[in-house]
Amino acid sequence: MIKNRVSGVFDTIHDTWAGLPGWQRWIVYAALFVLALALPSLPISSFMSPHVSWGDVLFFPIGVYILLALGLNIVVGKAGLLDLGFVAFFAIGAYHIAYIGTQTEWNFWAILPIAVLMAAVSGIILGAPTLRLRGDYLAIVTLGFGEIVRITAVNTEAIGGTNGIAGIPHPPSVEGVVFFGHEIFKYGLLDSRPYYYLLVLLCAIVIILTVRWDHSRVGRAWAAIREDEDAAEVMGVPTYKFKLLAFATGAAIGGATGVFWAGKVISIVPQDFPFMLSATILAAVVLGGSGNIPGVMLGAFLVAWLPERFRGFAEYRILVFGAVLVLMMALRPEGLIPSRQRKAELKAGTGGMGSLGAEVGGPDSVEAAEVAK
Amino acid sequence: MLDNFNNLVSQFWPQTMDGLIKGSIYALVALGYTMVYGVLRLINFAHSEIFMIGTMGSLVVLTTLGISSPVSGVALIGLLMLMAVVGMLASGGTAVLLEQIAYRPLRKRGSSRLAALISAIGASLFLAEFFALVVIPWLFDRPGQGRNIIGVKRFMQREELFTIGNLTVTNDQVLVLGAAVMMMILLDLLVNRTKIGRGIRATAQDPQTAVLMGVNIDRVVRTTFLIGGAMAGVAGTLWLLKYENTRFNIGFLLGIKAFTAAVLGGIGNVRGALVGGFVLGLVENYGASFFGSAWLDVVAFIILVLVLMFRPTGILGESLQVARA
Amino acid sequence: MKIGFIGDLTGDNAAIVIPPRNGAQLAIDEYNAKNPKVKIELVPLDSKADPSTAANLAKTAITEHKVVGIIGPAFSGESQQVQPILEEAKIPSVSPSATRTALADAGMQFWHRVVANDDVQGPAAAEFVARAVKPKKAFVIDDKSAYGQGLGQAVQKALGSSAEVQTDSFEATATDFSSTVNKVAAFNPDFVFFGGYYAQAGPLLKQLRDKGIKAGFMSGDGSLHTQLIEGAGAEQAEGALLSCPCKIAYAWAAQDENSKKFTDTFKSKFSGQLPEIYATEGYDAASAFIKAIEAGNTDPVKINDFLKTVDFQGLGKQVKFTDKGEVEDKNVYIYQVKGGEIVSVGNSTEATIG
Repeated sequence: MIKNRVSGVFDTIHDTWAGLPGWQRWIVYAALFVLALALPSLPISSFMSPHVSWGDVLFFPIGVYILLALGLNIVVGKAGLLDLGFVAFFAIGAYHIAYIGTQTEWNFWAILPIAVLMAAVSGIILGAPTLRLRGDYLAIVTLGFGEIVRITAVNTEAIGGTNGIAGIPHPPSVEGVVFFGHEIFKYGLLDSRPYYYLLVLLCAIVIILTVRWDHSRVGRAWAAIREDEDAAEVMGVPTYKFKLLAFATGAAIGGATGVFWAGKVISIVPQDFPFMLSATILAAVVLGGSGNIPGVMLGAFLVAWLPERFRGFAEYRILVFGAVLVLMMALRPEGLIPSRQRKAELKAGTGGMGSLGAEVGGPDSVEAAEVAK
Repeated sequence: MLDNFNNLVSQFWPQTMDGLIKGSIYALVALGYTMVYGVLRLINFAHSEIFMIGTMGSLVVLTTLGISSPVSGVALIGLLMLMAVVGMLASGGTAVLLEQIAYRPLRKRGSSRLAALISAIGASLFLAEFFALVVIPWLFDRPGQGRNIIGVKRFMQREELFTIGNLTVTNDQVLVLGAAVMMMILLDLLVNRTKIGRGIRATAQDPQTAVLMGVNIDRVVRTTFLIGGAMAGVAGTLWLLKYENTRFNIGFLLGIKAFTAAVLGGIGNVRGALVGGFVLGLVENYGASFFGSAWLDVVAFIILVLVLMFRPTGILGESLQVARA
Repeated sequence: MKIGFIGDLTGDNAAIVIPPRNGAQLAIDEYNAKNPKVKIELVPLDSKADPSTAANLAKTAITEHKVVGIIGPAFSGESQQVQPILEEAKIPSVSPSATRTALADAGMQFWHRVVANDDVQGPAAAEFVARAVKPKKAFVIDDKSAYGQGLGQAVQKALGSSAEVQTDSFEATATDFSSTVNKVAAFNPDFVFFGGYYAQAGPLLKQLRDKGIKAGFMSGDGSLHTQLIEGAGAEQAEGALLSCPCKIAYAWAAQDENSKKFTDTFKSKFSGQLPEIYATEGYDAASAFIKAIEAGNTDPVKINDFLKTVDFQGLGKQVKFTDKGEVEDKNVYIYQVKGGEIVSVGNSTEATIG
């Protein structure tokens, strides 16, 4: 029953929050934004990351995972499309900045929109033939797409083949902007902070975009598709178009993340984009609470942070990570901070993307089965 | 291009034979995915580790009996049976345990399938690491070397049975292929002709009505996991016979391939798993022969997409259940 | 003082990274046992062969552990990302096992390796093959990894003048090689070379032999591990040739007193484990740092300056670096599987096979 009390607390917070006037909420948003910017400089690094430098961990994996999870959340959490190859878009973004950046003299910021656009286009190219497929067929096809992108990169000498691409340009530095003793616009190799600030900014943009859309026709269309695609179609929602939109948006966010990541690490190889990364990001989304932005961010944070924090366990950390996933799903299948709407759906017994088979009338199935005996 | 085509022609029959053998192992593993999916609509990601555990179970028989040279005749049949039984017990047992611990609580709460999928991924990671860190070092007395390959000494002498052109058929190939097809036929009979099978089919089609008709859902789900796991155990034995090695992560790639085969054939469909496995094995080898082995996985996935575009529910369609929205 | 070790200590290829870690540890323990003024501590950092992780770990080693040098990273892929970071931070590194040729061409001042690159090993291996095996038709296979492909291409190029060569590559995760094996069978070569790691070399060799392919088989340093014999089976592995720009201590124990001593110490210290591949190089890499510190250098830049002039007889080779950070010793040694064990058959320029 502790669980109910916890959910109760969340509900109370949520109600209070929803009741606040708009300007008060914006103050909180601004405060959170500043807090995020301050994170690498707070005196918490020895606790948060005793084994690896905190500023670096904040950029990768934490920052990168959070952004990828926000992107995947649009596909999985909002539109209810199961995507097991999200890493492909991350790769496509990274490869575009790498290729264009090393072949031309173009500026990082000039390449960024091209790379994001190409990622979105590749989302549409993947989606167009496959989005007519349902649920799990889509899962295996997207998984295949992720592998195809990686293997094609390995086998294509024009983009470096298995050696990948080295010498990717950093964003151009603006030196001399010093803030609390740190150059905040100097994009070098040693200080991760400037890159992390960029991720925070991108995160803010993505969140604002997602929330705006959520309360618009787009968000309602996605909810309808997620709940019952046939009904949505019948009611006149152009489901295919909206599914494509979700795919392209998610892909664009994944691509943008890839651009920023590649702009920091300078060299990329195809092995940077394994299937496990897709699975990990999906785990982050579901663990946190599919469809709910704070939840997804928390999930991604934990998935990225825990293995780094507990590097001390060395060999056992993946084992523990696996066990934690199983345990968390058993305890809170709806995620750590589930979306409200999603919780209502769960009560109705459908749980968003459809519940497990062999279910008999939702949560009361135990009694139903007993009666049947 | 012409060269590539010549390659394919000159290697056609050997590639076909090897494709079929690989495909028969895909098919046996695919059964686990397909049956669980048919009943629960869950992609049981941890099934790849169930297969790995099957190879380990079979291997225990070899190490316990201290087999270090090939056996033949009745002794060989007995040995293979014993390996299969232990492999099936190990795999089937783990699958049932997995269902009990990782999936049942979710099912009882009517959780989303997404949560179950994540639970499956977690279980997959856990099982592979648990074997690498704890079980393999302990079972085979290899402290600190749980991640290494475990080689198996040959326990069945390989003999050429006959040769047609450039195709040489050996006894182990016939055995693997024959055993796999036989298991599939037995399973097909089990699902379509017995009471247990009827329960499984009923649950897959309409759980509510099945309950009303007196089907014990929990037992059906458990049986499904047991059967799927046992098939992976048989696959594990055949794997040892054919490849003579195993490793903690041996299931990872095979699992993805087997799942692809299940979808290709029509997920939820027992015969579909067999067809999907064979088609995938053949397509892989023909594609590799034509384009080079580096493109093997790409060819396989592109064929999958093409098939799904024209037949959205796979080659044979879904049959354990009628397609539910 | 601290020295970092970066490499894949728990991943798929950990079996060729743990030995150099242990080798380095052994050298440092021996040094510390002499009760010097400054003791050295080895900080192992597990990258799981992931380049991004390795880059993070390199920075951690610099900022948190304040290391004065890095042994590693073990593999070429991670080295490529770590190189520029160490360069900017002015921390010297000595890799025991990263063999990709291009690593030396990046113009790094702080980067070194105690192992010759793939462009040394590939042609040396190929020349040995051309001289000792004299194949007319050769088949070169690689695993599409940065390492395997580089080595495979070097061998292919060098063999191309004297033999007819065909090639095929597969994914580094593959376990069934039947499509490749059938290509080999159709070509019917008298020699097969594989560029890749032991985890695939063993099963590949077994599947080749089971297809009735009796051609000679050779692979490079990535497969030079007893795991090759485990994966292939002793019978199938018999006669397989391996090349390495390194001395495997246990295989040289019969000919070389130092190697024997090292093998014995290593086995007694690490619960009976053999000093597998690159254990010697790990020891030599650590020794280079130890020499620098013994000479009174405590500052990373000073240590780096010292490394530029270092010249001593290591366990495996003469340790002396070129301007680019390459080791000057370019000897490649050939090994062979005989009776289920890996034995040395000598320098590639003079080795013969029976």
